[in-house]
Amino acid sequence: MFKRLVTAGVATLAFSLMYSAAADTLQDVIDRGKLVAGVKADYAPWGMRDASGNVVGMEIDMINDLANRIGEQAGKEIEVELVVVVASNRMQFLEQGKIDIMIATMSDKPERREVVGIVQPNYYSSGVAILAHNDSGISDWDSIKGKKICGIQGAWYNKEHGDKNGAEMIVFKGVPEVEAAVLDGRCVGWLYDDSAFIPRKVNEPEKWKDYEIATPVVADVPWGAAVRKEEIQDPIGKTLSAAIIDWHKSGTIAELETKWGVPQTQWVLDMRDKCNAGDKSCDDVLDEGE
Amino acid sequence: MEIVWDWFEWLNKAHGIKLTIFYDEWDRGRFLKGIWTTIHLSVVCILLSVFVGMTGAWLQMSRFVWIRRVVAGYIAFFRNTPPLVQLYFFYFAVDRTLAGFFDVKGGMMDSYGWAVISLSFFAGAFNTEIFRAGVEAVPKSTIEASEALGYTKFQIYRYITLPLAYRVCLPALNNNLINLVKTTTVAYAIAVPETLYISNQIWSDEYNVPEMMNVVWIVYLLLVGVLVFLMHRWEKHIKVPGFGQ
Repeated sequence: MFKRLVTAGVATLAFSLMYSAAADTLQDVIDRGKLVAGVKADYAPWGMRDASGNVVGMEIDMINDLANRIGEQAGKEIEVELVVVVASNRMQFLEQGKIDIMIATMSDKPERREVVGIVQPNYYSSGVAILAHNDSGISDWDSIKGKKICGIQGAWYNKEHGDKNGAEMIVFKGVPEVEAAVLDGRCVGWLYDDSAFIPRKVNEPEKWKDYEIATPVVADVPWGAAVRKEEIQDPIGKTLSAAIIDWHKSGTIAELETKWGVPQTQWVLDMRDKCNAGDKSCDDVLDEGE
Repeated sequence: MEIVWDWFEWLNKAHGIKLTIFYDEWDRGRFLKGIWTTIHLSVVCILLSVFVGMTGAWLQMSRFVWIRRVVAGYIAFFRNTPPLVQLYFFYFAVDRTLAGFFDVKGGMMDSYGWAVISLSFFAGAFNTEIFRAGVEAVPKSTIEASEALGYTKFQIYRYITLPLAYRVCLPALNNNLINLVKTTTVAYAIAVPETLYISNQIWSDEYNVPEMMNVVWIVYLLLVGVLVFLMHRWEKHIKVPGFGQ
């Protein structure tokens, strides 16, 4: 047993040494003919399982497109291997070389940039919005004035986007209580993360059929795709950056939103304009304030 | 007043003691509203629960066995379940059932209404038992004397038994009402905007948890202090020399 452990340890060590020595993950991908990507399977419709158990979603489409691009450049078919990650292990999977790249609904935060190489520009963004009943009369942030809006205790945006817009906030301890209160009609809207509303609409369309995201999304936090930290300037990082820039320019991300039933995100539309105008927020370097 | 607000702002800048409820107009406004809701809720619940207690104690003496059983059932239901569970039960389960039955949209009653019902009946169950103790302490000879004077059963309860019972059970009643005021804090689970609920929102927004904990503690100390003072005054005021001593 002990011997086997040692062998496994040595193998892992050799493996990671090999990685740091080889460094050029892109070349490895081409040699192998396979791109190993980390994706979510618990975040519909960005990454989820379909009826037959396959992992599908918006981010999986992006990865397939990336593999095609690499394949075209190399003149060779590149296969995609999806590795399902969760929020708590996705960065470790990348660090340990279990995956080559990661597109897994990860918000781009400074402390995460210390661990993995989050390539620029960001590919998506989520924020705060109101899910409202169809006959609530809510169409923008001004129209929530004087209306009953449910929320979660402790969320910073209750005050900033609820109270300050004149809403009568009714806040509960947990998400299930809020859901019950919203569906019982105790409030006309729900102030929460927009990326939590969409899976509800996608997975339980019957339950939420009378509810739509009624306000523009605010307080955006961008999502980043990542490679290993030391590879951000290497071909794999640059290829991923170039693909994201191209997705923005060509409107691919907006198309994917439509395909997967996600409402149009203002951030995506803005990025399309910025990228086509050659704005520096849409290049592959991290500018100040980005 | 301005100088007081400024002093608290200075306290934050100089010592990092962040009492936004004094210098931030927004927080001050909602905090005062929270205290007002607590006072309001407490007063309504105290009055209702005392009424429920008096009625319950009277019905307990009924000749009809099924009335006595209903009262016993009521006491068991409210005294033997935690108030938080009751609140959730009423607000989420009972309300939904009733709203479905009467086809009402948006719930039968808001959270404040359910808090009043739940807390009043909760404290009322204890009050019933407290009043019963008082009623049973009234000497039988007194009741017989009033019967001889031609009082009806209700008149005896209203004019003879209850006033005397009051004086016997006031200390126990005080205890229960004090508990009731403190129990109003559980209403924050169903989003009644009382002191604890508002404080929770303020400390979530301002990250001043220790400061607000102290504030909440002092607020309840003062509120209950006032109640105790009033009840003691009343106890002294209605004292009958030689009775119950």
